[in-house]
Amino acid sequence: MDVLIPMMAAAIRSGTPVLYAVLGEILAERSGVMNLGLEGVMLVGAFAGFSVTQSAGDPYLGLAAAFCAGALLTSVHAFLCITFGGNQVVSGLALSMLGGGMSAMMGRGHIGETINGLMPFKFPILGDIPLIGPVFFSHDAMVYASYLLTAFLCFFIFRTRPGMNLRAVGENPRAADAMGISVSRVRYTFTLIGGGLSGAAGGYLSVVYTQMWVEGMTAGRGWIAIALVIFGIWRPLRAMFGCYLFGGVYALQMRMQAAGTSIPAPMLLMLPYLMTLAVLTFISVRKGRGMLPGAPASLGNPFRREERE
Amino acid sequence: MRGWRLEPRTSVTPAFSAAVSAASIMLALVLGGVIMAAMGVNPFRAYYEILRGALGSSYGFSETLVKSIPLTMTGLACLLAFRMTIWNIGAEGQLVMGALASAAFVRYGSAGGAAGMFFGMFAASVLAGGLWGLIPGFLKGRWNVNEIIATLMLNYIALSLMDLLLYGAWKDPASMGFPMTPPFPPEARFLTFGRTRLHGGLAMALAMTAAAWFVIRKTRWGFEIRVIGENKRAAGYAGMNVMRNTALVMFVSGAIAGLCGMSEVAGLHGRLSRGFSVGYGFTGVIVAWLSGLNPLALPFVAFLMGILLVGGDTLQVVMTLPLSSVQVLQGLILFCVLGGEVFRRRRLRPSRAAPGTGEH
Amino acid sequence: MRTGHSPPLVSMSGVDKIFFGMYANKGVDFDLESGEVHALLGENGAGKTTLMNILAGIYSPDAGTIYAGGREVSFRSPRDAISAGIGMVHQHFMLAPVLTVWENMILGQDGVPFVLDRRRTVSQIKELSERYALSVDPEARVTSLSIGEQQRVEILKMLYRGTKVLILDEPTSVLTPQEARDFFAAVRMMTAAGHGIVLISHKIDEILSAAGRMTVLRRGERVGTIAARDADKETLAEMMVGRALRHFPKRRAEAPGPPVLSCRGINLKGGGDSKPLSDVTFELREKEILGVAGVAGNSQGELCEVLAGIRRADSGEMILRERSVAGLGAREFIELGISYIPIDRKGVGLVPNMNLCENVALKRYWRKPAAYGKVLIDWEYIAALTGELVGSYGVQTLSLESPVRLLSGGNLQKLMLARELSGSPSVILAMHPVWGLDVGAAEFVHERLTEERDRGAGVLLVSEDLDELLDMSDRIMVMSRGRIMGVIERPDAVSKEWIGLMMAGVPAEKAV
Repeated sequence: MDVLIPMMAAAIRSGTPVLYAVLGEILAERSGVMNLGLEGVMLVGAFAGFSVTQSAGDPYLGLAAAFCAGALLTSVHAFLCITFGGNQVVSGLALSMLGGGMSAMMGRGHIGETINGLMPFKFPILGDIPLIGPVFFSHDAMVYASYLLTAFLCFFIFRTRPGMNLRAVGENPRAADAMGISVSRVRYTFTLIGGGLSGAAGGYLSVVYTQMWVEGMTAGRGWIAIALVIFGIWRPLRAMFGCYLFGGVYALQMRMQAAGTSIPAPMLLMLPYLMTLAVLTFISVRKGRGMLPGAPASLGNPFRREERE
Repeated sequence: MRGWRLEPRTSVTPAFSAAVSAASIMLALVLGGVIMAAMGVNPFRAYYEILRGALGSSYGFSETLVKSIPLTMTGLACLLAFRMTIWNIGAEGQLVMGALASAAFVRYGSAGGAAGMFFGMFAASVLAGGLWGLIPGFLKGRWNVNEIIATLMLNYIALSLMDLLLYGAWKDPASMGFPMTPPFPPEARFLTFGRTRLHGGLAMALAMTAAAWFVIRKTRWGFEIRVIGENKRAAGYAGMNVMRNTALVMFVSGAIAGLCGMSEVAGLHGRLSRGFSVGYGFTGVIVAWLSGLNPLALPFVAFLMGILLVGGDTLQVVMTLPLSSVQVLQGLILFCVLGGEVFRRRRLRPSRAAPGTGEH
Repeated sequence: MRTGHSPPLVSMSGVDKIFFGMYANKGVDFDLESGEVHALLGENGAGKTTLMNILAGIYSPDAGTIYAGGREVSFRSPRDAISAGIGMVHQHFMLAPVLTVWENMILGQDGVPFVLDRRRTVSQIKELSERYALSVDPEARVTSLSIGEQQRVEILKMLYRGTKVLILDEPTSVLTPQEARDFFAAVRMMTAAGHGIVLISHKIDEILSAAGRMTVLRRGERVGTIAARDADKETLAEMMVGRALRHFPKRRAEAPGPPVLSCRGINLKGGGDSKPLSDVTFELREKEILGVAGVAGNSQGELCEVLAGIRRADSGEMILRERSVAGLGAREFIELGISYIPIDRKGVGLVPNMNLCENVALKRYWRKPAAYGKVLIDWEYIAALTGELVGSYGVQTLSLESPVRLLSGGNLQKLMLARELSGSPSVILAMHPVWGLDVGAAEFVHERLTEERDRGAGVLLVSEDLDELLDMSDRIMVMSRGRIMGVIERPDAVSKEWIGLMMAGVPAEKAV
């Protein structure tokens, strides 16, 4: 127990940045736009969060800036993919390069600098429940907000009008268009919100998780987030579970490093990536057998009303 | 008024197509300039330094050629997979595996003379790079596992494997803590041209380009790759084995990237060291896409990207700009080229002013 | 024009629409009164659907004016058209498959609350579906519905939104004759309630009995509008085609030969619990055209794919000329002389971005004489062959090097036919071979298939158009839900009703 509870708490803390990105990507992909640039968007968000927190001294302002920076960077991708109908894979890759490059360029003078970020606090009442309290309610405000956000999105996607429009646009944009829903408006909205959430995910890394700026600090979390969207079959709750699983692997790996095992560090660092590959394969096998629903049907395809194929 | 709209166009002339490419790159450079200016860097001077560094001296020129060798090879690796619409983003990892295998052969292999050494390293890097491509290729073909994520994860795993060896068993005791192997023996080195760093990898890259063109244009397999890339259902209809070809193309793509790894360690560095590849695998994606997936155009695009990389080194020294500014430019170029493609497929037309709108 | 009436529900005048510099509609006038069925007739490609897509706000016209309820309107989207009371049911349904019926019903509608009210919507739908006798389960997911049910959802969706004008694009093409009868009963209820209905069709018979007026389009232009009482079949056909129809005589096979392809107990499992083919048993003989009748989506495509070796059956026997071929791949089937003309020309049969030569190479690039040895392709040989085929089938193209996506539907089909029929195949699987073709091209395809039959091939002709099958086939096999309901040995001796019952899933013995 003494080991397990801190481990589980750490799993949630390390899973949270990925969770924000995953929730954002779920929204974007449900509208039919795949954003492979999460890695770059997260990095830009991380730097924006770091920089604003450092200069304004307010971590919440920093996180808001991270959200805005993420949405702003993603708008380039949205424009190319939605208005221009460009290839989403290539545009996403370009976005990850641009984001990675820009964050490194802007952050070159700040590497290793620390900030006073968001601090954890015990959640009133709930925090006192044995077991559940220390695992789920001993974190910072962003973790609590992520619980709310996940629950809200479960409701939003499946029970509300805009959520229904979102699903319809992702599944059959032609039908949604015929019913008077503006496909490009829905796609822009949710791609940008998705980008904003990824930016906030990066912001969480710099403002809360490490409270410093390190070049390339996402270390592949953006890509892992994309894999976790597939793992979560585009459903927030399932994806949340996936994120904590990964948080657990990160936490385990760090704990083992700290404990000074004889396993060399690169082997431990490999773990999350190996696990992503394994999980992705597992999910794809099950999907191939028709046991799981597939991706939104229009994912990756641009929509043009007056084009007959 | 409803402003402008994009209408499909039926055909384009090659001249128009080339003009679109040129304009796209120009736009990217302008945007890059704006970003540089925003960061307090004089963009005109920066571009001047890039050109001067890359083309302004015979040394710079040879260095640009040196960079275009790996870019051609990784570009070809990506091109082959992209032709089949398989998104191999893992050239970086495949390249690292190829380099690791070459270094392993140098360390543990026993081959008589330079020729034996060459073929041994060649085979080792083909197998290692190929295997690193075959894994996601097989997963894609068999279970439709997303190859973008799979190849990316394998990049990270390959880099960690390299770290494992370079910080561990293979570390050169004389390197003073730097993660690198001892220098390769002379028989494991490529020939170099004159006093430049230009090496035999150039011949390999050019031969591979010609071979890729020949395979894609003239052979049954190349035809299958193209058909599968264009229309998988038509491929199944014609009795092509999509699954086997997916695995095979990924093996070959990985093998090409693997050979790139060999060419870098045996031709240029003479040892395996951490950071020997400055993201050539990712730049290969841009090179392949910019070439319009045409192998004959690819070396020229690789040379252009080489200018950027060499120029980026100059920028680092002369203007203390980080190497990441090159990455920014690369991302912008990719964006602009992608945006430019729209104008190859469509034309911008003013849309008709709407007639009276119901509400009078 | 009738005068002294209230203004028409909608009217369009002088409408132009240009695609790729070609007129899809040119100066077309059209109007619709309340309580009438106005049919829009024309061949494939005559511009019927384009014109109605303009009225429904999907396309914007390049010239012309539209009036709805007496006011000039300009629709920027289908939403505008719906709020002006105009709704369209497309040939390819505009439904989001993973959503439920009730969700599809309220999709995009004004005034839907932020949090969806399932109970209220469901009860409203139930009421509406009873009033118009359009039965459907509001809580079902659209993926689980039959095509006929999906059509009812589409119609209800428009009624739910209070549209007065309903545009129905080829509505009966997906229905059995019995379902079509129910459908027209619902149409009568709607016109009685004051709705105006535009019926797009190319089937003259059903139009004559259902419509009050009919407008004929040809090559994008309006030929004329006549009342049903003044119309007859011959005049309408001539208006559609622009010349008197050449009724090429039905030529039955003189004497069918021995079986060339026999299937016994073929089963195919799909994803989940679905079973696209169960216990399919039949024989295809030399020198015959075996028609396959059935409503769309009853596994005709799966049958063809199994017979072409593209999909492997889970069990069952397939014998081609005394040789068991079950378990072989598509390549072996091609080599054994089985040709397949799939319905989806650009999606399956051809590679749109490749040129004519490459598309001709698709089925022979690995074989002599198109291939040198095991590695190389002889492109010169293929270019020569392509030139020859293009000439003899009259494929209109700028060059052999241009991508086939630039060809028209008729030319695409000619090219595919040329490739599939070259080399004297012993079995020809033709799925909807005249779908989307104009009359001239359709006649050409039918004649070529008949010639192949007379040469000695066994032709399996799959179509949803029962009239086409009755015209062309020596025998007709009826499919429903992946089963063979029966084989009709003498198609001219049975009633359409009987075939219709079999199409609806009643076995031959019980349908009598």
